[in-house]
Amino acid sequence: MSALPPYATTPQRVWYYSFRVICGLIFFFLIAPIVVIIPLSFNAEDFFTFTPEMLAFDPEGYSLKHYQDFFSNSDWQNALYNSVRIAPLATLLSVSFGTLAAIGLSQDHVPFRRAIMAILISPMIVPLIISAAGMYFFYSRIGLQGTYIGVVLAHAALGIPFVIITVTATLVGFDRSLTRAAANMGANPVTTFFKVQMPLILPGVISGGLFAFITSFDEVVVVLFVGSSGQKTLPWQMFTGLREQISPTILAVATILVGISILLLATVELLRRRSERLRGMSPT
Amino acid sequence: MSDATDTGPVLAADGTPLKRSLNRALRREKLRALMLIAPLLLFVLVTFIAPIADMLFRSVENNIVEDTLPRTVVALESWDRMTGEPPDEAVFAALAEDLVIAVETKTHTRLGSRLNYEMTGISSLFRKSGRSVKRWDLATDGPFREKFIELDEDWADVGMWAMIQIYSSRYTSGYFLNSVDLQLSPDGIAAREEDQRIYITLFKRTIFMSLTIMFSCVLLGYPIAWLLANLSAKASNMLLILVLLPFWTSLLVRTSAWKVLLQQQGVINDVLVWVGLVDDGNRLIMINNQFGTIVAMTHILLPFMILPLYSVMQTIPPTYLRAAKSLGATNWTAFWRVYFPQSVPGIGAGCILVFILSIGYYITPELVGGTKGVFISNRIAYHISSSLNWGLGAALGTILLAAVLLLYWAYDKIVGIDNVKLG
Repeated sequence: MSALPPYATTPQRVWYYSFRVICGLIFFFLIAPIVVIIPLSFNAEDFFTFTPEMLAFDPEGYSLKHYQDFFSNSDWQNALYNSVRIAPLATLLSVSFGTLAAIGLSQDHVPFRRAIMAILISPMIVPLIISAAGMYFFYSRIGLQGTYIGVVLAHAALGIPFVIITVTATLVGFDRSLTRAAANMGANPVTTFFKVQMPLILPGVISGGLFAFITSFDEVVVVLFVGSSGQKTLPWQMFTGLREQISPTILAVATILVGISILLLATVELLRRRSERLRGMSPT
Repeated sequence: MSDATDTGPVLAADGTPLKRSLNRALRREKLRALMLIAPLLLFVLVTFIAPIADMLFRSVENNIVEDTLPRTVVALESWDRMTGEPPDEAVFAALAEDLVIAVETKTHTRLGSRLNYEMTGISSLFRKSGRSVKRWDLATDGPFREKFIELDEDWADVGMWAMIQIYSSRYTSGYFLNSVDLQLSPDGIAAREEDQRIYITLFKRTIFMSLTIMFSCVLLGYPIAWLLANLSAKASNMLLILVLLPFWTSLLVRTSAWKVLLQQQGVINDVLVWVGLVDDGNRLIMINNQFGTIVAMTHILLPFMILPLYSVMQTIPPTYLRAAKSLGATNWTAFWRVYFPQSVPGIGAGCILVFILSIGYYITPELVGGTKGVFISNRIAYHISSSLNWGLGAALGTILLAAVLLLYWAYDKIVGIDNVKLG
């Protein structure tokens, strides 16, 4: 929005400022719910609202007891352990299969390209509850329901579309003459891949991996159905906590997760800029 | 060069015709691309597509009657339900034989609960009969017709037998009919009883709430996208972070935030009471109803509206607006006749995306929706984990999946799958 010209009439001025206020309110709506849980997680009482002590900025009103509960409670620690055990393996699976397939898909002549793409993207489009229901039925048939492997496979499938999309997007700008040049100088396909292609598409691969990781780390519907109590993840624990006995520890966990998302967001943004810079360097 | 080579086909270096040689190279290239894709395709087919196919199959599968009562089903084929008479001794003898085996493997209770979905009372009938049939001797205790009817009068009920006959086929449309509040009855397809008609209402509510969420997203997302597209690159990058942060934040974190905010003892009510807008005695009920679901889901899905809108609006040259104004258009006319039509593709993309995401939502409605604010997906989850009526859950899921795929196809036509961007 360009600055207000000096000749603007009064109604134009009013509209200009009220539009900014409206936008400010919408941004407030977007951000406030996330920001508000951060101070609430330091509440010294087991309440979900600001106590008078908190509003007076009295140190008495704040405490770390919900964080202590998170780090000492075995339920939460188990959930954290399970999340940390499931997400990385699922990410590894989706990234390794996904990157290979994305390279294949970006070749010039791929038969049935659209159909293949539709199948690979489908886990992102199909509602989670339907994926969860189908996986529950099918995985119980083949004995994977309620197992660690079953949850990992399910989460890997959900993460694949994100890897495909980010890596193919990076490959669109990839200069194919670089691989030809490498081949020309005697590099075999494997060397070319690791020495030339991989370093250039790495930002896309990593951000795809981060998407896949966050998908698995945040996922609750599929794990509710495919997993059993032995695979109770952090989101699952939060879900039960919210549904049954809502405890302020959830807010402490939520704050930690917000911290993690800020970290991930910053990483993805940095990678995107780096990828753009790298692409700018290669002649097209 | 001699004349002979000029008239013949063009040859490659190794002497084969160039055309064939090129074709072979092309085939090899295609094969290599497919080899790279194959592992993933196989992986997705096994871990994802097969489960979906399994669900589709379960929505029509109905093996249980024929598997549990094989002889009865055969004997019942010749019975004409129009006569108004219960079946003859042959059918009852077959039933006795089947039930004795079923009781041993304890499958008769499962069959009872399956048939109970279609006609209440059958479950208890099977359980009760199972207990007595166990003690019968098949060789000597006949005739069984009187014995069964003596055991429970329901065995003389023509309607009950008709139900078994209708549901004895291996595939049934019963689950789908059930999902639209109909049922397969002896007189053909009929409406369910008044108190059992819940699914049409639920489908209507899902669509209505998804539309409400979609419109709220347009209403809130449009000004933000406009602001982002018209600010300087630096300022809009800063503000974009405010949109991306909720996008990246865990879904459960956002849902718990709303649960905390909307409670009767929560932050919003506290503020309203403090300001004096609301009396402390009657705090607003904003959670466990449709309002809670709509607010929380609008917040959760808003980034999905802003991002496509923003990317479309970025491509609209700001000079068009200035040109319109210099030709005498008022601000409103310039916006409505020049800017808005160009932003419609963005609105379309955002709307379909938000609508697709919201009709399949499960977690948020489950946590903040109470009983009035739940979607069809919550009912699917209920049938799978609580009521164990898997067939009905699968049928509801199939209908939902068909709706989503239709919208997905529309999205592909309008935006293209390849243009899906993240972050």
